[in-house]
Amino acid sequence: MYATNYHRASSVADAVHLKGASDESKYVSGGMTLIPTMKQRLAAPSDLVDLRHIAEMKGITVSGGSVRIGAATTHAEVAQSSDIKAACPALAHLASLIGDPHVRHMGTIGGSIANNDPAADYPSAMLALAATIVTDRREIAADDFFTGLFETALADDEIVVAVTFRPPERAGYCKFPNPASRYAMTGVFVAKGTDGVRVGVTGAGADGVFRHAAMEAALASDFSPQAIASVTTDPSDLLSDIHGSAEYRANLVTVMARRAVAAA
Amino acid sequence: MGVEGIGARVERKEDKRFLTGKGRYTDDMVVPGMKYAAFVRSPHAHAKIKSVDGSTAEGMPGVIGVLNGQQMLDDGIGNLICGWMIHSKDGSPMKMGAWRPLAHETVRYVGDAVAVVVADSIDEARDAAEAVVVDYEELPAVTEAATALTGGQPQIHPEAGGNLIYDWAIGTDVAETDAAIAAAAHVTEMTIVNNRLSPNPMEPRAALGIYDGAEDHYTCYTTSQNPHVARLVMSAFYNVAPENKLRVIAPDVGGGFGSKIFIYPEEIVCLWASKRTGVPVKWTSDRTEAFLTDAHGRDHLSTVKMAFDSDNRITALKVDTIANFGAYMSLFSSSVPTYLYATLLSGQYDIPAIHANVRAVYTNTAPVDAYRGAGRPEATYLLERTIETAARELGVSPAELRRKNFIRSFPHQTPVIMNYDAGDYEASLEAAMKEADWAGFDARKAEAEGRGKKRGIGMSCYIEACGIAPSAAVGSLGAGVGLWESAEVRVNAVGTIEVLTGSHSHGQGHETTFAQLVADRFGVPIDSVSIVHGDTDKVQMGMGTYGSRSGAVGMSAIVKALDKVEVKAKKIAAHLMEADESDIVIENGEAKVAGTDKTVPWFQVALAAYTAHNLPAGMEPGLKEGAFYDPSNFTFPAGCYICEVEIDPETGKTEIVQFVAADDFGNIINPMIVEGQVHGGIAQGIGQALLEAVHYDPQTGQLLTASYMDYAMPRADDLPSFKVSHQNTPCPGNPLGIKGCGEAGAIGSPPALMNAITDAIGNNDLTMPATPQKVWAAVHAAQ
Ligand SMILES: Cc1cc2nc3c(=O)[nH]c(=O)nc-3n(C[C@H](O)[C@H](O)[C@H](O)COP(=O)(O)OP(=O)(O)OC[C@H]3O[C@@H](n4cnc5c(N)ncnc54)[C@H](O)[C@@H]3O)c2cc1C
Repeated sequence: MYATNYHRASSVADAVHLKGASDESKYVSGGMTLIPTMKQRLAAPSDLVDLRHIAEMKGITVSGGSVRIGAATTHAEVAQSSDIKAACPALAHLASLIGDPHVRHMGTIGGSIANNDPAADYPSAMLALAATIVTDRREIAADDFFTGLFETALADDEIVVAVTFRPPERAGYCKFPNPASRYAMTGVFVAKGTDGVRVGVTGAGADGVFRHAAMEAALASDFSPQAIASVTTDPSDLLSDIHGSAEYRANLVTVMARRAVAAA
Repeated sequence: MGVEGIGARVERKEDKRFLTGKGRYTDDMVVPGMKYAAFVRSPHAHAKIKSVDGSTAEGMPGVIGVLNGQQMLDDGIGNLICGWMIHSKDGSPMKMGAWRPLAHETVRYVGDAVAVVVADSIDEARDAAEAVVVDYEELPAVTEAATALTGGQPQIHPEAGGNLIYDWAIGTDVAETDAAIAAAAHVTEMTIVNNRLSPNPMEPRAALGIYDGAEDHYTCYTTSQNPHVARLVMSAFYNVAPENKLRVIAPDVGGGFGSKIFIYPEEIVCLWASKRTGVPVKWTSDRTEAFLTDAHGRDHLSTVKMAFDSDNRITALKVDTIANFGAYMSLFSSSVPTYLYATLLSGQYDIPAIHANVRAVYTNTAPVDAYRGAGRPEATYLLERTIETAARELGVSPAELRRKNFIRSFPHQTPVIMNYDAGDYEASLEAAMKEADWAGFDARKAEAEGRGKKRGIGMSCYIEACGIAPSAAVGSLGAGVGLWESAEVRVNAVGTIEVLTGSHSHGQGHETTFAQLVADRFGVPIDSVSIVHGDTDKVQMGMGTYGSRSGAVGMSAIVKALDKVEVKAKKIAAHLMEADESDIVIENGEAKVAGTDKTVPWFQVALAAYTAHNLPAGMEPGLKEGAFYDPSNFTFPAGCYICEVEIDPETGKTEIVQFVAADDFGNIINPMIVEGQVHGGIAQGIGQALLEAVHYDPQTGQLLTASYMDYAMPRADDLPSFKVSHQNTPCPGNPLGIKGCGEAGAIGSPPALMNAITDAIGNNDLTMPATPQKVWAAVHAAQ
């Protein structure tokens, strides 16, 4: 690791201010992605601004038909939250499948979606739940937030403060883990709610997380596993690597989607 | 056996320090003035080095020295060597290319060391290593052995034309073997791939070199499975220092699996750099360096023909193997696909004609050498996949086909050198089939089908050769060393006992099992026995631990030394009790005169030896004896493994629902430790069959599996609970009747698992690792 300076921000405004003090600074939340990258000397921020101790970024609230999860909430907190289990058990289930206990107790939802790893679990749920990403300066619809592999709509110093969504009527998540990393080789989140049926697919897309229009259409008229059993995915839009070919991932999209609907 | 003697499930003495974080590993060693090394490594798989410029790095904070390969050459440090000479069929010696500890002309794989930086801290050393400017002229690279043999490929070493190191054969004459195959009623032919693996010991490699200018003496702490061999090789071949000026210490070592047998560039560089810079120099590998530079295992591509007569008896076996050696010949690399592999191709079967041909090949990849099982897993996998396929082709039960061909009388001379001394293959097969409820499989398969799962069952009957090895025999086959072991038993004046051994424990539990031998012999508590190993200043000489040799060879040396101590102790006791030496028995911590109530406590016998006030006339004081044990033959552990799987045809995911191991290891000193070895071995074998594979980009030679994000290690939830049992035909060749158990699990399990998967999906060609995508593709193709 290269030497770096650590700062603990006390508020969102303080964090933006601290970050602005240097060109080569970065926010850090759980550090579960950023710190390993630094250890491998692939990232060299001069300054780290820690977001985990900012009160307004923590906690889970359900009120007025809306769920709000602070960006600094850990995966373990989401997995164990009785509010989330009541409002959207599929999301608690998703969080329980991320990494291992160490990772779940450090990693945060804000860090995960800001990082937008193409194999991360949360982005699929954000799309399917039509979530809103609340930042320090605006609100961004999930559909506009994830813009490519490790790319988001965030400005360099913009902070994800929270995510909000309306609890779905039904939702399910099914993940096929990569045998090595246990990130999603393919993960599908399906949700049926006031916005209709939405299907978010992670791990498989060549450009990162995506919504599956054909499945959404099929499920809109018949929310059942059979409805999508023969819906296919074009492999030319999918990732191919040593763990799985695009054809294999295309198959997994259908299988995981069917199982997610069955679990919803 | 007593509560702590031979056969007792004694808990491991060493675990207290390991489990409480008190182990002392090489990286824990801190000496005054110690500095840190970071290596500059090649980012290219194959390139000429035009220049190495360390001038910027030298001026960076904390930097003490930037050293390169030319300086090392100038200082007379020798090439790394392979210590086992293999001759090709045409009589020519193997073609060994030069391996410099720091490359100065050519780099041959990604990770090849080019320069080293010594600095005050690890981070400063790494910062400066990044600032060393190496000007490379890139050359085309080749990573696959079969490709490297074809025309028009990059030439990796000038010494080895066409990248061929040797073209070697063993066994029955080719024409005779071919004739038997031509006359056969049935021939099963297969292409068998044995996937390349990364060893992944929990503790990465490390070295601390300390040069003492006043004495012109070196000390090397290092992660070695055989510190004496390290000292011998570093003295005799690398000209680091004469043996009396080089102390090698392998303290606690966190796993090796073979990869820590070999001498690598880093320990030599740390010793040399310590003299050059005048400070002690420590290097600890990070995990990426481990993936890049630890010697890999396996990587064979073979074709096989197995011929049967009309009665389903095997009449001939013909094998052609291409072995990938990587960019350099590692210390024992040449022996692995020859004498540790092809000599086991008879398996448990009576095969009248066996011919094997092996070509060893250079490629632009990390060196390949012994990895848990070393050659024997490759032989077992090839044979057991082939006989299983044959059973399917012949339409007979896999158990019956094996039974029909089992060797049933011993000793048995195979056509490939080995002479099996004892075994009962039927016993293990029966025990395993019973435990696995083989007969009930069809019902379980039908039930699984109802749940949409494909269920399969597979077996493997393995044999391996341990207890390496008779020195004269291996010498005649090309080994540069003898493979005996040494021991010294020192009884202290108060009766406590130290056992010095040339074996080295890096997970095997020697501190417990070796102490059990002593407890068993004299009836003293194992807490009064200490095992000393891993330091060339304490133990005179030893050959180390690998090839499941510490039981059969290392413990046999201890037994010989104990015999000598016992003789002398009895003489002293007889003298003290005025009895005849032949009437003395030593048990329960006392020497007794048989048939009387006369006793002397053990400690008084020891004390008498050291006070020397009242010893038999002419006897030297003291109670300390040493012994060397050279085995008369290999030992032959064998057994039967049965695996049952369920496959999700929609995803290709394999779940292991049952795993049964029935092993014959001869006599067992500590069943708990033996079971632990079997469990670990099976986990590794399942890793190979289901998950693990080293991938290089075939064009660029970049390592694609350089972290756990891409290299899949088995986790606890990938594994079932194993059902382990033991059958016993004692080994007639050594005093304890033991055969060895360290590698069996990794040898027997891959074919059992692959036979189960291929049974479930009806495809004999599936290769390891059986990843979900490959299994899905095979199922899908069949639909
Ligand atoms: C062993 C292991 C296994 C894992 N397995 C999985 C898995 O199965 N599935 C999965 O989805 N993930 C997995 N992860 C990743 C894990 O979920 C991370 O926690 C997550 O991706 C990043 O969250 P973090 O809080 O740790 O972010 P950090 O690592 O602290 O930051 C990541 C990036 O986001 C930025 N950032 C952080 N917080 C914010 C914010 N609030 N606003 C704006 N930018 C921000 C940082 O600057 C940095 O660029 C795994 C990680 C490890 C180490």
